[in-house]
Amino acid sequence: MGFTATKHPGGVYTVKVEGQLIVGNRQELKSAIQEALDHSERKFLIDFTRTGYIDSSGLGALVSISKKVREQGGELRLCGLNEDLRSLFELTKLDTLFTITELPEQALAGF
Amino acid sequence: MIEPAPREFIPTAASLRLCVRRMRVPGPTGATVEVSLRVPSDVQCVEEVVDLLIRHCCTGAWSSRRFRFNLRVSVAEALANAIVAGNGEDRTKYVLVRAELLADAIRIHVTDQGPGFDPSTIAEPLDPEDLERANGRGLYLIRRLVDDVHFNPQGNSICMTLRRR
Repeated sequence: MGFTATKHPGGVYTVKVEGQLIVGNRQELKSAIQEALDHSERKFLIDFTRTGYIDSSGLGALVSISKKVREQGGELRLCGLNEDLRSLFELTKLDTLFTITELPEQALAGF
Repeated sequence: MIEPAPREFIPTAASLRLCVRRMRVPGPTGATVEVSLRVPSDVQCVEEVVDLLIRHCCTGAWSSRRFRFNLRVSVAEALANAIVAGNGEDRTKYVLVRAELLADAIRIHVTDQGPGFDPSTIAEPLDPEDLERANGRGLYLIRRLVDDVHFNPQGNSICMTLRRR
């Protein structure tokens, strides 16, 4: 379980969520994004291709991150949600708050 | 009631102990297997508890991928609520998790040592102004992901039933 961060040539800071995004590790993700914001990163992609499940704390962390990124004039996108994960965003209507693409390439291309 | 832990002992995820009872004849509730765990009030334990329950309750072809996903999220939610909101992350308190494996369903009880709350006061977080809220979605998700939800009168114990599919 953990997060892997990479910087793409187009200037997009990508974080892969490996395992779960839940109450026990959400703060780690928030801190990683905040640190990147402090280093002037403004384009963010969070990749859930290798994610098992997300709880409401994880969803809440994404909401907080999204707000912070927007306040700094940046943009956050999500990708790689499987059918199960996507259902959580639809149930909570958070699919209307985030830009979500199926593949990382689609998100990177549109930035 | 769950007995409080001795104050000098600070529990961690490594101290999790699982108790599994397999019954030849179904018990009064129809359960053939009962799994119970006493979980420290530490959010770092949540993932491990969810994995343990899935490993012992969803073996073989008993359940679908969606069933296991809904079970994982629901147990993680109930456990996080119990640890954070119920026990206030007080390491001297525990959460009791008990799973009953029935013929066509699984029933999970999650009980904390807090004062309890009134679940009827928790609104659905779907209004447009709620979208930007960082919390308040846990109980709503549980209600949407499982087939049946009950609380005890005190409000410190949730019972979730997921039917096999």
